[in-house]
Amino acid sequence: MAERPLTGDIRPGEGPPRLTEYERRGGYAALKKALKQMDPAGVAEEVKRSGLRGRGGAGFPTGAKWSFVPMGTDAPEPKYLVANGDEMEPGTFKDRYLLEGNPHQLIEGMIIAAFAIQASVAFIFIREEYREACAALTRALAEAFAAGYLGGNILGSGFNLDMKLHVSAGRYMCGEETGLINALEGRRAVPRWKPPYPQTAGLWGKPTVVNNIETLCCVPHIVLKGAEYFKGLSRTGEGGTKLYGVSGKVKNPGCWELPMGTSIREILEEHAGGMMGGFKLKGLLPGGASTDFLLEEHLDVNMDFESVAKAGSRMGTGTIIVLDDRTCPVGFIHNLQKFFSRESCGWCTPCREGLAWVEKTLAAIEEGRGTREDIGILEFHVRLLAPGRTFCALAPGAMEPLGSGLKFFRDDFDRHISAPSCPWR
Amino acid sequence: MLEEIEMREIDEDRARCHNTRAGMIEALKIVQRRRGWISDDVLYELSAHLGVPPGELDSVATFYNLIFRKPVGRHRILICDSVTCWVMGEEDLKRRLSEKLGIAPGETTRDGRFTLVPNACLGVCDRAPAIMIDDDLHTGLTPAQLDAILGRYE
Ligand SMILES: Cc1cc2nc3c(=O)[nH]c(=O)nc-3n(C[C@H](O)[C@H](O)[C@H](O)COP(=O)(O)O)c2cc1C
Ligand code: SF4
Repeated sequence: MAERPLTGDIRPGEGPPRLTEYERRGGYAALKKALKQMDPAGVAEEVKRSGLRGRGGAGFPTGAKWSFVPMGTDAPEPKYLVANGDEMEPGTFKDRYLLEGNPHQLIEGMIIAAFAIQASVAFIFIREEYREACAALTRALAEAFAAGYLGGNILGSGFNLDMKLHVSAGRYMCGEETGLINALEGRRAVPRWKPPYPQTAGLWGKPTVVNNIETLCCVPHIVLKGAEYFKGLSRTGEGGTKLYGVSGKVKNPGCWELPMGTSIREILEEHAGGMMGGFKLKGLLPGGASTDFLLEEHLDVNMDFESVAKAGSRMGTGTIIVLDDRTCPVGFIHNLQKFFSRESCGWCTPCREGLAWVEKTLAAIEEGRGTREDIGILEFHVRLLAPGRTFCALAPGAMEPLGSGLKFFRDDFDRHISAPSCPWR
Repeated sequence: MLEEIEMREIDEDRARCHNTRAGMIEALKIVQRRRGWISDDVLYELSAHLGVPPGELDSVATFYNLIFRKPVGRHRILICDSVTCWVMGEEDLKRRLSEKLGIAPGETTRDGRFTLVPNACLGVCDRAPAIMIDDDLHTGLTPAQLDAILGRYE
């Protein structure tokens, strides 16, 4: 069986390893190595060489992201590191698994990341519904402080780090990194203009790195075993393993850590057990609600950022949502747009007004009140809310399943309009 | 009236925060934990206690999904209505919940026992459909299980 560095120590149902158990399995050895044998630049270089790309959805190279942080004695202080555990993207449930299953792994990854960018304050941002994760983290943080892994002069290295848990009050936009920064400052989670990027001016105007939970959980393994080891875990050019998930009408929905670049077919058929009896695959969203549909013909695509992009979609969070033949694609897309429209932060007009219009138009089509012109209205919005035309990526993300859905399932839209009713109801 | 114990908890949290503003969301949550929701009176008192304008506090309170500015019942039911739960039977579940409780989503039962709130993806898509009552997650639900589950919340 392939190696599973991130999840190998997770025993679902047993509760996460406590500190002594985590240490017994080799935990905090990477931190000791980083603090005692490496310097911040060395850690950052190792992460860069590992090919680690951000697991929050955009796939930005982590080493490159860190390299924009001002370093040296005249760098602004304090600097901040934030772990993004908002995970409100529909269909996504991978960070929950890491948070509940092994909180010390995240904390260790964060301390090492903070050391690399010389941050002195770190925040873990978690959505409120993740009660079990919050409890596990609260306990693990107390253990790490008591053991001297957090606080002043960590392991005698002279490096100081404070770490706090921030439990959100709920909003999808808190996951967007500048929205998250506003939320931490106690503001509405609306995005900020970039540039300046958070790495130079983020929380309270100071250099800030925001990374996804899974990204940070990769860091101890890269530092302990090296960039080459991490690259070797992958089947393609992008380093590491990846937590993939499948939900919908499959036999065995779940979340698995597999080599980066495992094919969609293998994930769906071997791990998720294939479709439930009586259901056929009609399409799938490869990485959460804001990715383009793929079809059966794409099953042999490898799940990594580059390959899925080449196939016309995005790997996103790597958690696949399956659309089966007995579920109405218009209803499915309507459900997605209802989510996006409700969670739009209202900051910019095209998204605030446009998503509501899209949602109402889809509801009309689904309920048999649609007209031919409605298709044009939907297509107009796909163009209107394209990347670069709204303040943040929420609206363009919402248009990915809509634009691709209109392309792949156009007949089904037309049938709703000519019937006029939903053929699935 | 804000209670002594609430003010103490708010001040303790605020002392750990970067500034008063950064503690605002947590302060709202502390108050909501004991009262279920944030009334206008409480909002004004909290704004006076924190020294921030009430409008500013309200702009934050109304932005976040889990801060309630209307009265809620003793138990809060969050029903996930995102895509996987929808595929796995959320509409049926929501209809049956509404019928049993005699309320539409967003409303509170007359006896003040339950409030039903549609919620974004709860992040348990492999065990859909899911609801959360107070701090408890209930997954892989069928409408037939609802009576037994609701019965646990007085
Ligand atoms: C609307 C929206 C919601 C997002 N939600 C999350 C989230 O819940 N978790 C996350 O890690 N990234 C989320 N992102 C991406 C973040 O903005 C950011 O790119 C990511 O946290 C960076 O981490 P990474 O470089 O480690 O991937 C979201 C982006 C958008 C536009
Ligand atoms: S695109 Fe939508 S979510 Fe993003 S800033 Fe504009 S209104 Fe807010």
